Amino acid sequence: MRLNRSGYLIREGFRSIGTHGFMSFATVTIIMACLIIMGSVTLLSNIKSLENQNEVVAFVDENYTEDSARALQGSIEEIENISEVEFITRGEAFDTFMENYSSDLAEGLDTEVLRDRYVIHLTDISQMAETKSALESIEGIAKVKAHLDYAKTFITIRNVVSVVSLALIAMLVFVSIFIMSNTIKLATFGRREEIAIMKMVGASNAFIRLPFIVEGLVLGILGGGLGFLAEWGVYEVLTKKVVGSMAGSFLPILPFDQIALPMFVAYMAIGVFIGVFGGVNAIRNYLDV
Amino acid sequence: MVEMKNVTMVYQSGTEALDGVSFSIKDGEFVFLVGPSGSGKTTLMKLITGEIRAKSGKIIVNDFDMRKIKRRKLPKVRKTLGIVFQDYRLIENMNVYDNVAFAMRVVGARRREIRERVPYVLDLVGLSGREKRMPDELSGGEQQRVAIARALVNNPRMVVADEPTGNLDPVRSLELMLLLEKINDMGTTVLVVTHEKELVNALGKRVIAIDNGRVISDTEEGGYFGYEIE
Repeated sequence: MRLNRSGYLIREGFRSIGTHGFMSFATVTIIMACLIIMGSVTLLSNIKSLENQNEVVAFVDENYTEDSARALQGSIEEIENISEVEFITRGEAFDTFMENYSSDLAEGLDTEVLRDRYVIHLTDISQMAETKSALESIEGIAKVKAHLDYAKTFITIRNVVSVVSLALIAMLVFVSIFIMSNTIKLATFGRREEIAIMKMVGASNAFIRLPFIVEGLVLGILGGGLGFLAEWGVYEVLTKKVVGSMAGSFLPILPFDQIALPMFVAYMAIGVFIGVFGGVNAIRNYLDV
Repeated sequence: MVEMKNVTMVYQSGTEALDGVSFSIKDGEFVFLVGPSGSGKTTLMKLITGEIRAKSGKIIVNDFDMRKIKRRKLPKVRKTLGIVFQDYRLIENMNVYDNVAFAMRVVGARRREIRERVPYVLDLVGLSGREKRMPDELSGGEQQRVAIARALVNNPRMVVADEPTGNLDPVRSLELMLLLEKINDMGTTVLVVTHEKELVNALGKRVIAIDNGRVISDTEEGGYFGYEIE
């Protein structure tokens, strides 16, 4: 395709957007809304990182020496579903205790009063009960502390959030495609005389279709780009609020620049998909070319 | 050129529009197609332009087999045709120049070609100096001239005009027919569907008359020779 012809098609695509500005605006807005909700779900998925923070503490029998206690690490690591194991001596545990509580409270306590322990991170929080049992069966492990109720609640919330979010995203993508199709159908209706003349004088089907696909593409890219910027703003505001609050101490918040590129690519890809699919769909149904 | 042999056309509703129609139009001819309403004229035009497909028979238009041609190849046929309608079908928000240039742009003509060709055809149809006028600033006759200029601008082998004088007074109608004759004299085949008996007789060209989906007469340098249009 020659350059001037491509230029013509692109110009026509943009012209079409301008001729029904309100619908174009509505289309871009709905794509933005769809992507912001999707992005927010991605933010919520940071709970997955929180999941990683969820830990099980295995206390070593107090009669074990530090060396014997350290020797248990191999057995612990052999258990499935364990991603990370950290050994903490009774002395280190005491120091932490002292840092967290008043030194008056610890006054008179022997530094040997606490046990050596393993802080264990799990791969899958839903397998916490099984992992706890496996840890308890290791000789030398006196007690295992695991927040099973917490894990259960967390999994339920995560599942509900995932299902609701996926349903919302699916609905919004569907609505976006529907609105995109209608916007472009409106464009084809407004230009039906031009289309009839194009067909009459021998314009190729691709030539007739392309301006509408360009229109869908431009609206999709606009929706994707603006949605990304809006999500960026939302993320920054939320991050500041979370970091400044109690939740910030245990919620691991990623800086936006670490997720910006994949998020941008995903937003653009979805915007382009909605635009092109909506455009093609509109033309297929309403243009007999 | 057009070659039709035993063409039958039955619409999905069951209406038989054409029944064994045969005729041929050679390159460079000027032919009138006449017949009463519902006789099959429009169906014939649609078969020639590829809007519909015949049930049986053979239709060759400018060397393309219209019964076998794939849908995506239809633009190739249409590039060889210049089509003119009774209601002009001009784009309201484009001026005269752009209406004509549009037909070249959409088939991928270069800007320089457009700049050279559009003034030439506008001059040919007598519209020089009216390039900037909008369609609603033109008379019916002028609008139809724009439509003819648009049909001619891509240098088609054949101009097909469906009732081109239907909305014009007798004087403008004659002028338009003389313009089509001039175009024909320059080598373009012209096929005109019309109801205008006086015009047909005045020009003395070949006349194909159809009724009830059949060719009932085909006369050279004719007029109606007794055939009356309703």
